[in-house]
Amino acid sequence: MDIAIKISGLGKRYTIGAREERYDTLRDRIAAAASRPFRRLAPGGLAASTTIWALRDVTHEIRRGEVVGVIGGNGAGKSTLLKILSRITTPTEGEVEIHGRVGSLLEVGTGFHPDLTGRENIFLNGAILGMRKAEIERKFDDIVRFAEIDEFIDTPVKHYSSGMYVRLGFAVAAQMEPEILIVDEVLAVGDIHFQRKCLGKLDDVARSGRTVLFVSHNMAAIQRLCTSALLLQHGKLIRVGDVRSTVAAYLGGEARGGFAAAARSGDAQILSADLEDATGAPLENPACGEPIVCRIRFTLPQRSPGVRIGIGVLSCDGVPIFTTNTADAGFPCPSGPGDFEARMTIPADTLLAGDFHLALCLWNPGTILDLQEPALSFSVDAGRSPLYVENATRKGYVHVDCAWSVTPLVETAAGALS
Amino acid sequence: MNARPSTLPVTHIRPGSRAMSFTVDEVWQARELLYFLVWRDIKVRYKQTVLGIAWSVLQPFLTMVVFTIFFGRLAKVPSDGVPYPLFSLAALVPWTYFSTAVSNGSSSLVGNQHLIAKVYFPRVLVPLASVVMPAVDLGVSFGMLVVLMAWYRIAPTAGMLVLPLYVGLAMLTAFAVTLWTSGLSVRYRDARYVLPFLIQIWLFLTPVAYPASMVPERWRLLYALNPMATVVEGFRSSLLGTPSPGAMVAVALAVVAAALAAGTAYFRSVEGSIVDLA
Repeated sequence: MDIAIKISGLGKRYTIGAREERYDTLRDRIAAAASRPFRRLAPGGLAASTTIWALRDVTHEIRRGEVVGVIGGNGAGKSTLLKILSRITTPTEGEVEIHGRVGSLLEVGTGFHPDLTGRENIFLNGAILGMRKAEIERKFDDIVRFAEIDEFIDTPVKHYSSGMYVRLGFAVAAQMEPEILIVDEVLAVGDIHFQRKCLGKLDDVARSGRTVLFVSHNMAAIQRLCTSALLLQHGKLIRVGDVRSTVAAYLGGEARGGFAAAARSGDAQILSADLEDATGAPLENPACGEPIVCRIRFTLPQRSPGVRIGIGVLSCDGVPIFTTNTADAGFPCPSGPGDFEARMTIPADTLLAGDFHLALCLWNPGTILDLQEPALSFSVDAGRSPLYVENATRKGYVHVDCAWSVTPLVETAAGALS
Repeated sequence: MNARPSTLPVTHIRPGSRAMSFTVDEVWQARELLYFLVWRDIKVRYKQTVLGIAWSVLQPFLTMVVFTIFFGRLAKVPSDGVPYPLFSLAALVPWTYFSTAVSNGSSSLVGNQHLIAKVYFPRVLVPLASVVMPAVDLGVSFGMLVVLMAWYRIAPTAGMLVLPLYVGLAMLTAFAVTLWTSGLSVRYRDARYVLPFLIQIWLFLTPVAYPASMVPERWRLLYALNPMATVVEGFRSSLLGTPSPGAMVAVALAVVAAALAAGTAYFRSVEGSIVDLA
């Protein structure tokens, strides 16, 4: 098989000190030069510049036509990897060999100018993405049609709704025809209709034999589009394989069994979470017919009025099924300071048999204080639930207690059904 | 193995600044993007300003009025036998181009940060576009200069044919300076406060308000180290028939060539880290 991208020993180091120096001034520089002999002697003077490896020792080969999902938590190095492959930033070590032209879509509508019209921005954005003017002219009508903005094509984009803006941005990018396409989390924006449309377009690209690298937090999208996946954690490539097992490894991960924060950060945070049964005993094998109690411990070092703790229940492929939080219960969450324990009970016969993940969130309206996603994972067995007694093949994720009635249809008025 | 892979371009991404540095070929390939960046800046200025293109005429015109009153009338600065308003405007047209190009170009990388962080293209296009864009203003203000020449009944001569050479020299000078200052502005955010001051000093080191003939002969070659002195004198001589800059042209070309080489080397050394610094 042909190789499209060959990554060998790739690493990217950021110097925290240097990053802070980005705001430094010539004046500081001169002052620093004058004081340098003394700074060397000062204790801890050198510790000021800490380095972080955003990516380290990544080696992998991507074959032509492969559609690869790149997954991992925040700060795992996904974006750094894409930025190096797109030539936006240079690696600190290692090498990449790329066969073919690369088109990268790290943002929708890069370079759009608010004062320019939709028409003008199509040309500008197209040129920025590496298209020729003649090529843009040829595809202009397709772009406008895909973006669904015909009437507003000569309106400055600053008057566009955010939906129109991202549609136009994606429509231009969708016309790129590189051999290798790099896409970063573009589906995070836009409404459901737009997301479906984007996914459909990416589907086409993936099927056209092009090599695609796709970063997303949407595990369903990853599984739909990609054939294989790379799992990054703390800048290292920890797993490569087919998309299902890699996504499962990411979502399940070490979260299975319970969650515990690595350390107290001093800020408001979720400390631990685990599952119990109705009696308060640790729940090893949740079953459909039994209630599942989730116990979360969290700390609020400062008084935080209005704070809430919430849980999101996600399906095995990462799609949120439902969310619930303390405000649903109708009583205020304690505002601290102090450590607290919250219990949430999922009633018996709610979750169907299958794999689930829990995301935990501690927030104030407007600001997320702590988000653990996924915090823990578990499998629900059918158990002895009445739901499975007669019908063993229930579809979906949850059971909803619906009201039914079936009555014999009596011909009350002659001819009513004829 | 099929034949296709051999036709595909192969890119190597390696550590170090060299790996990212632009090549002339790459810039040529991206010429349409350069066109669109210039086009964007012109369009946006039209939409954002009430006077639009009038600004490119107003700035040199008003400066000429001020110079004529203070240097021409009050200080009685000699003007090589040409009416002082014409004498100063012939210099202010290229000078206004130069100062606009350098100040726009210097802030160009910082101003286009959002682009640089999201998509790859030869980074040098950004300062290059801001050096090309004010050339449009130069064209417009040149029209005003021609009108003023007609007012004073000075006919253009064949000497005008060398004018493009001086325009080119002004653009290359601005580009060479911008290669340095755009990179420095990313690294040191107070460069933008230093720069207007330096441009002002540069104005007085250039024979805009006074003729180069006022500079003593023995200092003339040293004076020629400033390529803008040659540009300004060249504009005047080709349009108004004042003494030709002569040997100053050779010195200016050498200086600009050296400055371009050094500027390119500097820009190449920083362009890979622009994203990480800003």
